[in-house]
Amino acid sequence: MNQIPVLIPAILLFTSFAAFFGGMIRLRWGYAATLLGVAASFLVSMAGVAHVIANGEIRYHLGGWAPPVGIEWVLDPLSAFMVAIVTTIGLLVVVYLPRSARFEIPGKEAFAYPSVALLLAGLTGMCLTGDVFNLYVFLEIAALAAYALLAVGDRRAPVAVFRYLVFGAVGGGFYLLGVGFLYFSAGTLNMADLAERLPELYQSRAVIAAAVLMVTGLGLKMALFPMHLWLPDVYNFAPSASAGLIAPIMTKVSAYAIIRLFLDVFHPVFLIEILPVTAFIGWLAAGGILFGSVMAMAQTDLRRMLAYSSVGQISYIALGIGLANPFGLIGGLLHMLNHALMKGVLFLIGGAIRLRTGLVEVPEFAGLGRKMPWTMASFTIAALAMVGIPPTAGFFSKYYLLLGSVDAGNWIFFAIIIVSSLLSAVYFFRVIEMIYREPEEGVISEPAVAAVPAGAMAGGGGHGDSLPPGLGGGPRHDDRRSGGARPPEEGGEAPGTMLLPILVLAVLILLVGIFNVLIVDRLLEPVVAPLSG
Amino acid sequence: METLLDLRPLFAILVSAVAAVAIAFTGRNPNLRETWSVLAAVTKFALVASLLPGVLAGERYEVDLVQLAPGIELGLRVDPAGLLFALSASFLWILTCFYSIGYMRGLDEGKQTRFYAMLASCLSATIGLCFSANVLTFVIFYEILSVATYPLVTHAGSEKAYRIGRQYLVYAITAGIALVAGTALIHQTAGTLDFQAGGFLDAGAGTGVLWTIFLLFMLGFGVKAGVMPLHSWLPNAMIAPTPVSALLHAVAVVKAGVFGFVRLVGFIFGPELLGDMGAAALLAAFAAATILIASCIALTKDDLKARLAYSTVGHLSYIVLGVALLVPHALLGAALHMVTHAAMKITLFFCAGAIYVHTGKKKVSELDGIGRQMPFTLAAFGVGAVGLAGVPLIGGFVSKWYLAAGSVDAGGLFFLGVLLLSGLLNAAYLVPIVTRAFFRTSEGHPAFNEASLFMVVPIGITAALSILLGIHPDGLFRFFSVAEAMVAGITGTTFAGGAP
Amino acid sequence: MTVDLFIGRYPYYLVALLLIIGLYGITRKRNMLKKVIGMTIFQTSIYLFFIQGATKIGGTIPIFDPERGLDPAQYLNPLPQVMILTAIVVGVAITGVALSLLLLIYREYGSLDEDTVLRKMREDP
Repeated sequence: MNQIPVLIPAILLFTSFAAFFGGMIRLRWGYAATLLGVAASFLVSMAGVAHVIANGEIRYHLGGWAPPVGIEWVLDPLSAFMVAIVTTIGLLVVVYLPRSARFEIPGKEAFAYPSVALLLAGLTGMCLTGDVFNLYVFLEIAALAAYALLAVGDRRAPVAVFRYLVFGAVGGGFYLLGVGFLYFSAGTLNMADLAERLPELYQSRAVIAAAVLMVTGLGLKMALFPMHLWLPDVYNFAPSASAGLIAPIMTKVSAYAIIRLFLDVFHPVFLIEILPVTAFIGWLAAGGILFGSVMAMAQTDLRRMLAYSSVGQISYIALGIGLANPFGLIGGLLHMLNHALMKGVLFLIGGAIRLRTGLVEVPEFAGLGRKMPWTMASFTIAALAMVGIPPTAGFFSKYYLLLGSVDAGNWIFFAIIIVSSLLSAVYFFRVIEMIYREPEEGVISEPAVAAVPAGAMAGGGGHGDSLPPGLGGGPRHDDRRSGGARPPEEGGEAPGTMLLPILVLAVLILLVGIFNVLIVDRLLEPVVAPLSG
Repeated sequence: METLLDLRPLFAILVSAVAAVAIAFTGRNPNLRETWSVLAAVTKFALVASLLPGVLAGERYEVDLVQLAPGIELGLRVDPAGLLFALSASFLWILTCFYSIGYMRGLDEGKQTRFYAMLASCLSATIGLCFSANVLTFVIFYEILSVATYPLVTHAGSEKAYRIGRQYLVYAITAGIALVAGTALIHQTAGTLDFQAGGFLDAGAGTGVLWTIFLLFMLGFGVKAGVMPLHSWLPNAMIAPTPVSALLHAVAVVKAGVFGFVRLVGFIFGPELLGDMGAAALLAAFAAATILIASCIALTKDDLKARLAYSTVGHLSYIVLGVALLVPHALLGAALHMVTHAAMKITLFFCAGAIYVHTGKKKVSELDGIGRQMPFTLAAFGVGAVGLAGVPLIGGFVSKWYLAAGSVDAGGLFFLGVLLLSGLLNAAYLVPIVTRAFFRTSEGHPAFNEASLFMVVPIGITAALSILLGIHPDGLFRFFSVAEAMVAGITGTTFAGGAP
Repeated sequence: MTVDLFIGRYPYYLVALLLIIGLYGITRKRNMLKKVIGMTIFQTSIYLFFIQGATKIGGTIPIFDPERGLDPAQYLNPLPQVMILTAIVVGVAITGVALSLLLLIYREYGSLDEDTVLRKMREDP
């Protein structure tokens, strides 16, 4: 039991290797290894949640070396919560992945599986490590895997991902620099150790510099407004499954790292009073919420709309950090889970629509409600949750944030939460209205053909399911011009392996909403306890 | 007062939600689909009615389901105020079910499965908010109701319907968010959200906060209750099929807003605190203005449903005015008007729908002589029309009588004047429809040709109900006693007189 | 005092200078390959920051030397060096991915100039 914290990333790292070598031999083996490994990590993380609730936290010392010499792994309520989010989304996306990848990135699936496992290993590692430098390593592992997964999108994707990579490298560099300052002033890298030693050093300029650098670096990685510039293009041009995996969890784990620094490395007092970082984050978040919502309203491409909405939604989490009181932070943390579910299902639905119709533009969505009833019902639930209609999950995180703003007496944040709900209602109901419209004659089929360039018809058709995964040769030039996507497949409802994760997520959105107090009580209340004293 | 754990309120809510799912899955078989509707409606009404004796005996049925937020349960509680609304809504749903069959089949409407499923969902939400034990639960059902009505408003599927749907959503979502914000404020100022007869907020919270809460809730409920200037979605929403206009936009949805005011005044703030704040006077002023302006606009409308819609706007504000006057008689009048107006207005809408289905006529000016063709329908229309104007022996008289008595109690002869003047206006815009239907003649109305029995029978029943409420208000489902019990809970006053 | 502030800490200033040069390359250069060079300089400055922080005058490599005994002051701090070893690996991997992305971009658009590429992206999505 006490190896759980290290077991989860270890399983996933091993899975990544197994998936790579398995996939070299036969695509199916690579997939089987990924599915098994991710499912195992999911089960272990659920066991971890149960264990934390029942028996409290687990601290594991890697190789038997006690900190500060060795690296410590910590499974406490906060990391258990995060890891559960990451592995749940991970498992569902892995179920969804093969069908979607075969359609959108034919010939490259063999690389996608190990990258997914590596991404999850990096993210779970970030959550579970108790060492600030180790966190950096996992941060970059996750980032590297993400670059690979995102860059295989359409032909514009490499440009967008290059920008993301440069932003990410700078963010990682700032964080590492901050780690250096911390180490040279406190002499340790272990989080618990740092928490003990730092209070004497709060006036030290090196520690202040460390805090600023680390938060800035992570802010870049989490796309905190106005450091979000890399995000919309990346999510827009990425394959649907990649976006569905990365948009829900990647930025959130960076946000998690900020919360971890805030609560467990620097004492809250430091970041609230001595160096008012949280207040600063809060105001950036307020700007980000408005900016993201307004930009999302202006988009017609569904994926781009979702990407801008992500900028706004990640800012809700940052707003929770900015409020820095128990209700506010509970709202922020709960929104991590809620937004992971909502944005995950929305991107996955985007992929399903693309598979069946080739459409990405919202104004062409008429008639989808009849064509794909289950998928669109899930879309409606997720969209209502994004707007914050009760009893979906999205309502409750906003409600806690409202309570937090009242507690903080911050009426501007209060007003911004209200206004942004209205704005998101505008852009999500626009989509809902469209999908439940009756299509005019011929509208459904024409743009479907037009949306896929002719090159895809010629190039994409060459890759049959039975062909080897193309490890050696790589895709032809023709494919890449169109992102390698095939023409849309005929048929109504999304295929089973894609529909299942979508439905599970939609049901989870409802369940998490109604039973949110179970999570808040058992996992989140202990996390925010340091703030109430 | 005794509090009992009871699952009946929960079942009453769930039965139509389950029916909605069943309807969605049996869309291919219209008869089976409609059977679910009717079954759910009857079951729901039976469940609600079975709570009546206990509530009148002073029992309060309660059930807490799950925690929604720390310390706040998804709680249901049956009290007289909620029961009053639930009884009228669930009873009228049964009639609407039959009426819808006649109407939707008569017009051969599309998307009927969605129509019945969403209608059932709306009723779930309505009963849910009747039985909500705290503000958060109430707001949740209120928002579900808002969203579930949207597909019904855009049912026609035309560009115009979508435009109106968007307008409806902007109003409804704004209102919902105002309520959520207000709820969060109450949560943090009072520490509790449980409705309590007589109110649970106290002046210690500070005038600024209390006014903010009041205005947020006034915005939130004012939209659904059609208080001017927040009313303009309601006449537009008449683009929905007539059963929706009849049940939702004359009874369930709009009364949810009015019922919200009852909760706000009687169970959150309490009459005393509102009186001290002076907030009730503001609400009363808005309501009085709405009554008069809406009646005047109704006079100018030639479209029958639009005329009825403005009449609804006016009559909803009667109830709001009764609540805002804060005196026992006015509250009693308001409570009764919730029921009597429901019965009369649904009659009028049913008639309008029957005329449209049967003859395709929508405008008042086209109705000359139609009384000879559809005598039963138009007779029922007449009952509703004179009832709304406040003629004795019909339900509207009773409720208006108490409202008038209440305005005298409150010392406001001004409000008494408003009531009387609007009674005249009511007569002016409704009664001529009946007279021209019976006493004028025109080409093209065959001798006798009534609408389908699916429609005529429900119309007859609602008309009879309107009369019954006027003769013996306590006779059916003991509405009068329930209303009395509600007022007694809020103000601590009991009435010696009983029914007139 | 002032002299000490500059001369006594010159490694810091060199590191800071490198860092700024790197950031300048990343933000101001329009050629993507030059951005990668800037990124590498930026990362190198961080490595140097760690290395100089671990340096002690008169210290030697942290491997036990019988002549110097167990006195920690005689050895350099090994931990930052180990960390930087890891960070270099990470940095190389990032640079590798960056270069492969540039390869893709060049194949697709025939240029690495950011303005040209963005223009082509807009013209032919």
